[in-house]
Amino acid sequence: MTRTSVLSDQDAGAARSPDAAVRRERAGRLLQQHGALLVLLSLVAFGSVAFDSFATAANLRGIVISSSFLAIIAIGMTFVIISGGIDLSVGSLFVLGGVLAASGSRHGALAALALPLVTCGTIGLVQGLLIARLRMAPFIVTLAGLLGVRGIMLAISDEGATTYLVEDRAFAALGRSEVLGLTWPVLITVVLAVIGVVLLQRTGFGQNVHAIGGNEEAAALMGVPIARTKVLVYLMSGLLAGLAGALNAAWLSSGVTILGIGLELDVIAAVVIGGTLLTGGVGGLTGTMAGVLLLGVIQNLINQAGNLTSAFQQVVSGLFLVLVVVAQRVFSKAQQLG
Amino acid sequence: MAEAVAGTRPGTDRARVLAWAREYGVYVSVLALLLFNVAFTPNFLDAANFRTQLVQVAPIVIVSLGMALMIGTEGIDLSVGSVMALAASMVVLYLGYGAWPAILVALAAGALVGAAGGGLVAYVGVQPIVATLALLVGIRGLANVLVPQLRDFRSPTLITLGSDSVAGIPFVVLIAAVLTAVMTFVVRRTTFGRQIVAIGGNRVASELSGLPVKRLLLSVYVISGVLAAGAGVLATARLQAGDPTSLGLFMELSAITAVVIGGTPLSGGRIRVVGTVMGAMLIQLLQATLIQHDLPRSWAQIVQAVIILAAVYAAGNRGAR
Repeated sequence: MTRTSVLSDQDAGAARSPDAAVRRERAGRLLQQHGALLVLLSLVAFGSVAFDSFATAANLRGIVISSSFLAIIAIGMTFVIISGGIDLSVGSLFVLGGVLAASGSRHGALAALALPLVTCGTIGLVQGLLIARLRMAPFIVTLAGLLGVRGIMLAISDEGATTYLVEDRAFAALGRSEVLGLTWPVLITVVLAVIGVVLLQRTGFGQNVHAIGGNEEAAALMGVPIARTKVLVYLMSGLLAGLAGALNAAWLSSGVTILGIGLELDVIAAVVIGGTLLTGGVGGLTGTMAGVLLLGVIQNLINQAGNLTSAFQQVVSGLFLVLVVVAQRVFSKAQQLG
Repeated sequence: MAEAVAGTRPGTDRARVLAWAREYGVYVSVLALLLFNVAFTPNFLDAANFRTQLVQVAPIVIVSLGMALMIGTEGIDLSVGSVMALAASMVVLYLGYGAWPAILVALAAGALVGAAGGGLVAYVGVQPIVATLALLVGIRGLANVLVPQLRDFRSPTLITLGSDSVAGIPFVVLIAAVLTAVMTFVVRRTTFGRQIVAIGGNRVASELSGLPVKRLLLSVYVISGVLAAGAGVLATARLQAGDPTSLGLFMELSAITAVVIGGTPLSGGRIRVVGTVMGAMLIQLLQATLIQHDLPRSWAQIVQAVIILAAVYAAGNRGAR
């Protein structure tokens, strides 16, 4: 009864001004999905006009390369957040991956890649099992992961005193050498992002991730394999964070132990700025990539300005995060009302 | 028949053990650690060592008190560590006007950050974890922009506040104890305390029964901000230096751990103040014990992580974000 009346109200509204309603909804969705891209483009335009040194090929390349590690982690985080969860352990897994890759490089390139991937993947898997099987809160499980993984990293690096250097040539080349004008980390990021988009948009797994984040109970009733999907999502996130750490170690030629503090927040910020809702169910990887680049461009512009410290970047990304989240709330309220 | 009984028994026993662990586990753990240290750690009962432990735990206790209120409302405050850093930079910046004005400005800054987070959560409807995450990032940045590197100072008032004792009890510890007593009273005996617990228990019902939910939430965030700023002031006073880069780093994790270990469920609706203090003591004692027995800091972190997981599992904190 109420349902039909609501429907007829909507029909009446749509009949009265179909164009305006459709246009408004489309504009809202456009801003939600591509807001980060729009801001990114306008910031790049602003940077090109304001600073001579900004729009040079070398500078833009630098932004892309340094953003690629964050981007790889953000791919996994996008899946996690769309599934309605969160992964706070990625910063620690990133550092652990780097240290393991550098120390593994003494035994060849294969060990340098396998060691971080297997370890970080396993940790991600365990977190996923705790979350999916024991139904513990993702926030708490991955918080414990953040602490515990950093502890493991400190334990294998003599409390952070030992910096392992990358000794394998082939592995070091993975960080620096170029294919088709792109360095390997950037190339791998692009490939992973494409695979991620396909997974998220075109496969049953992607549908399941969306369904769980949208409404877990409904998804369970529809027969979505909740536990398996969640375990996979956290496994992916752990693997990607470990891979990003390994590539970063190859790029820096060493496993640096002091990196990664607060990295999880940068990643979450990038994903949210990219239009993925932290409540789950809605989001996409193109937005995330735009969000990562946006943070990179902000940092670069602040460096260009010279007299501003890099701490200023944190202020700006915090402000951005607030703005985006408020905008998301306003739009979702408007959609509910409209 | 016998098999059926045997089959059900362990289940109920397990539930009972879990319930018991949830209520008293933290007390037992602290007691066990104390006994272990008395038996195996040389000089543990020295007054000096004892005082050091208490002084070090005081800031964690103060921050955790605010966090307990926050989690009681089914919220969470990730910004506390950054607020400590902001308070440190305020103290350094305004010390020229005298110690007390500087302290007041620091506390006011904490209140302001709390109001910002609370406003976003209560009036805009942003999730607590997101709102305070944005503040965590932004406020530490702001503290660093205002005071780019560690800056030391000499202020007699702050030296007194940070390092002096009354009747052998350090001021810092005294303040933490008084705040704990006040918080216990507020939670147990005041309308405000009951209303906060009610919001955490069932927000919709609280709204329908006419509680000023938004204003209450806002005030909880402001209280948490002020307490975190107070902890930042005390830590700064003890260090005799403002250190916005590393002061309060990971404090949100310690505080959340203390609250959860102490028996306050993440899903809100119940607040254990004394349990929270015990939780903070447990973290501190554990780290001190491991370090005094020459186990590295990294092990303390790993053990802490395992304890968080065990405590949350025992507390049956499920499903919540």
